[in-house]
Amino acid sequence: MTNLIEIKGVTHAYTTASGPLPVLDNLTMAVPEGEFAAVVGPSGCGKSTLTRLVAGLMKPDQGEVWLHGERVKSPRKTVGMAFQNPVLLEWRTILQNVILPLEIVAPKMSKADREARAMELLDLVGLTGFDGKRPSELSGGMRQRASLCRSIVHKPDVLIMDEPFGALDAFTREDLWQTMRDLRAKEPFTCVLITHDLRESVFLGDQVIVMSGRPAHAQFILDVDLPADRTLDILYTPEAAAMLHTLRDQIQIAQGRNPEVH
Amino acid sequence: MLRQIGVPLAAILIFLALWEFIVWVNGWPNYKMASPSDLPAAYAKYWNLFLVMGWQTLWRTVAGLLIAVLVGTLLGMIMGFSRIARDGLYPLLVGFNAVPKATLVPVISLIFIGQHDFNTVLMAFLISFFPIAVSVGIGLSTLEPEYRDILRALGASNFTIFRKIALPKTLPEFFGALKVSVTLAFIGTNLVEIISPHGRGLGALFQSGATNGDYPLMFAVLIALALLGIVLYYGVVWLEKTFAGWAERPAG
Ligand SMILES: Nc1ncnc2c1ncn2[C@@H]1O[C@H](COP(=O)(O)OP(=O)(O)OP(=O)(O)O)[C@@H](O)[C@H]1O
Ligand SMILES: [Mg+2]
Repeated sequence: MTNLIEIKGVTHAYTTASGPLPVLDNLTMAVPEGEFAAVVGPSGCGKSTLTRLVAGLMKPDQGEVWLHGERVKSPRKTVGMAFQNPVLLEWRTILQNVILPLEIVAPKMSKADREARAMELLDLVGLTGFDGKRPSELSGGMRQRASLCRSIVHKPDVLIMDEPFGALDAFTREDLWQTMRDLRAKEPFTCVLITHDLRESVFLGDQVIVMSGRPAHAQFILDVDLPADRTLDILYTPEAAAMLHTLRDQIQIAQGRNPEVH
Repeated sequence: MLRQIGVPLAAILIFLALWEFIVWVNGWPNYKMASPSDLPAAYAKYWNLFLVMGWQTLWRTVAGLLIAVLVGTLLGMIMGFSRIARDGLYPLLVGFNAVPKATLVPVISLIFIGQHDFNTVLMAFLISFFPIAVSVGIGLSTLEPEYRDILRALGASNFTIFRKIALPKTLPEFFGALKVSVTLAFIGTNLVEIISPHGRGLGALFQSGATNGDYPLMFAVLIALALLGIVLYYGVVWLEKTFAGWAERPAG
């Protein structure tokens, strides 16, 4: 399979008041088409920076980002983004919020088609009947579901998510993992998911990339060799437990500590 | 609905009754302090003047306000999107805003001699654009980057981002500022009408009342001004409800 996302030797530094702050250092990774890459790493190591580079919102100082065999120089219509904060527009209903990307990407699409597409997704994530509500009338988990719908409504081939479930309670989070899994089965996309939750990375990922401390490179890549139709039970199998252990150790290394002895 | 209209109405009636009572208790003659019961006579006597002058004041205020909205929003956009413009414009605007506008009336009247309408509209605009510029500027510059990114990541132009996200998001602040600006514009109009000679509008009517010692007329003008102010203010409230009603969270 071809690599849909390719990040080749990316190095990036921010200019700050106290001089340049190197954030990424020769980061290289690749995500094959249709695969799900979970990225974990210590706080502040440059994960959000990575998402902004892949989305074309910023250009790296050095190195290249390739999507679909094309070098990324600016934002592309075929990308979807979701953030930790659902960032729904308070003056729009849930349905209108989900439609928003279509207004940019497919201005010629008829209103009825747009709404039908949005309704289909809202049904998929379990928000049937909430289309006419305002964002403030929804719970945090429901808002994040709506935000997810918005990020894939225009059928992006790349979905970039920056800790989308980070602010949710454990049960809601697990619900949303399953929603993600079901969405992927229905609408294939290549995905980069930033997360702090190792269980999330193993449950959703086809590979888990551990980033080192700042300035970050890809310190470790774990192939998640589990079936595609996972259930939450799989997290309690010995295979998953072993992976979680490995990741835990790698995070400790990334944080500059010695891994615990098991 | 009954409460929305009834409560303010009752408050006004109580206010008028108190006023009447105080004048009556103190036995003040008309040349010291007119009482509400003197006002209908003044309105009846000068009703055509009130209509003509009231209209003058109203249209010039609204015209000045409209220009203030246009220029204020534009300035706010420039300051909101560019740091350099913000650093450069802020001190200028604050300084300008601190100048007492009454001192500008003679200056303006001299520059644009005889252009009474123009001068008045200009003053209404000068006095009222500042809150709008500041609120739009702050609203835009404090827009969370994620809001911009949801559209920027799709390759949307800056103008699209402004139209679909930044503008609607700043509307509540904008209307807050507009409520202040309405009253200010009103003050600006009246300032010119009262200070500059051969004026028109309610301010000039007030001035003629003062010259002739017609106290009931002066008070009648004040009340008419208050009424116009209230009408304009609620006009803005109505616009706010229509365009930024979403910002209102249900109480409790
Ligand atoms: N626009 C910016 N200007 C200057 N420095 C920045 C900017 N954005 C991020 N940084 C710095 O770059 C580093 C990496 O930031 P980034 O947001 O990519 O980290 P992260 O891995 O997403 O962190 P977290 O896990 O806490 O979300 C941080 O030290 C941050 O302070
Ligand atoms: Mg981050």
